[in-house]
Amino acid sequence: MRLDDLTQQSGEWLRGAGPESDIVISSRVRLARNLADFPFISRTTLQDRERIEAILHERVEAIAAENDVLYLDLGKLEQIDRQLLVERHLISREHAEAQGARSVAIDGGEKFSLMINEEDHLRIQVMQSGLDLNSVWEQVSRIDDSIEEKATYAFHERLGYLTACPTNVGTGLRVSVMLHLPALVITRQIDKVFRSLQKISLAVRGLYGEGSQAMGDFYQISNQVTLGLTELDLIRKVSDIVPVIIDYERQARDFLIKESHESLHDRVSRAYGILRTAQTISSEETMHLLSSVRMGVNLGLISDLNIPSINELFIRTQPAHLQKLVGGDLETTDRNIERARYLRRCLNKENGNRGTAEHN
Amino acid sequence: MKCQKCDKMATFHITELTDGKPVEMHLCEDHARKYLSESSGDPTPVGGMAAALAQQIAIGQAAEELAQLDQQSCPVCGITFFEFRSQGRLGCPHDYVCFEQQLQPLIVNIHGESEHVGKRPNHSTGDSERRTQLIRLRRELNAAVEEERYERASQLRDQIRRIENEES
Repeated sequence: MRLDDLTQQSGEWLRGAGPESDIVISSRVRLARNLADFPFISRTTLQDRERIEAILHERVEAIAAENDVLYLDLGKLEQIDRQLLVERHLISREHAEAQGARSVAIDGGEKFSLMINEEDHLRIQVMQSGLDLNSVWEQVSRIDDSIEEKATYAFHERLGYLTACPTNVGTGLRVSVMLHLPALVITRQIDKVFRSLQKISLAVRGLYGEGSQAMGDFYQISNQVTLGLTELDLIRKVSDIVPVIIDYERQARDFLIKESHESLHDRVSRAYGILRTAQTISSEETMHLLSSVRMGVNLGLISDLNIPSINELFIRTQPAHLQKLVGGDLETTDRNIERARYLRRCLNKENGNRGTAEHN
Repeated sequence: MKCQKCDKMATFHITELTDGKPVEMHLCEDHARKYLSESSGDPTPVGGMAAALAQQIAIGQAAEELAQLDQQSCPVCGITFFEFRSQGRLGCPHDYVCFEQQLQPLIVNIHGESEHVGKRPNHSTGDSERRTQLIRLRRELNAAVEEERYERASQLRDQIRRIENEES
């Protein structure tokens, strides 16, 4: 498998399948681990980082032997390719922008991503479409065990797995579920939901982590605490609350359908109309409109589109993806024109009106 | 349609449902973002939390004590408490041992707990603390080479090899 193959597929977390997948986009679990005989990343020399990379690379190769694994040396990748991986949630923004030896191993289905020399020496991440945290945890834990067979992790009798940041110490576990909550945003109830989640020490973040709140009404709910609870208890904490939020979102959608059907239908139709006809469009506006369209499809207000193809548009209209599809660097203005062209082509084709875009 | 707050095009159409009555808002991208971020409140950023809390430790200290505390450094990786406080990231596993007293309240503040009850590595963990010493030895080796103390460097190299071989 090659990096460019990624742009041709939609990726596990956008498959739009699995339990509750109208609202739950994906389930994700990651573990933070460090080797006992090296400093944490901020105190490493370049040589240390190379050795950590080599040791973990070997371990990852050994367990990945039977899978179709893409092993990428991030230092050697172009900036746009690193950005592409960030947009696909396969590496973090920090990992993309860091210095020195660092890499990522990704399986062909884009479920696993093993990040070497991120904030910690190793971050093991598994993602799955829909709501299914237990199965994701089992896969993460299995990978963790096989790496640990021949590596000595930094571990403290009382504090558990030691991490560069004390916020991850103990289990090193971050469990997160990505939800699409447009109706809670429209009805302005989302703040209330956030506040109650914060009270039970769960964190809420946007599509691409901190500071991306409003993007496409996607929210990630995850555990804040990593110490003093078992992995299964932490998972339960998140998976117990998700059905409650799903229920709120469904109630808000029902309310909109009943109380302001015309205004909702109008909003959805206008969003769809703009996406099919715009001549230039920013990434943010695209996300915002796609969010309405996605909800419209789920509520049966749009019948000629399906969820997987909308999910795909969310990712393919991101800056790096768009530039890969076009095959060159584009300035913002040109990108907005290309994005509009791409949307017209996809959405008018879906609709069976192939060719209308060409008349513009 | 124009933005309600300026002359730009309104690209965001927000429906307010306070008191169960829908009110439409038409805003440009900038104003919409401002409007939405004002109403949604900032969730605590996780990454910065350790640093934020570490700053709090500092508030409770007398200036003199703090200066002293800040200068303490880890014998294994060399990070000072001040460096940890300003970056929010620790330097090596041994920091959890040598700064235990200072980290303890911080950890309880973050997690509400102080003891790990989850998964453990399958093989012995006593190993882990002994391996930490390799970090110190390698650092000393680098320093010895830099200062051209080659005899010391070769001793250290042997010592490192010995530990590395014992483990594997």
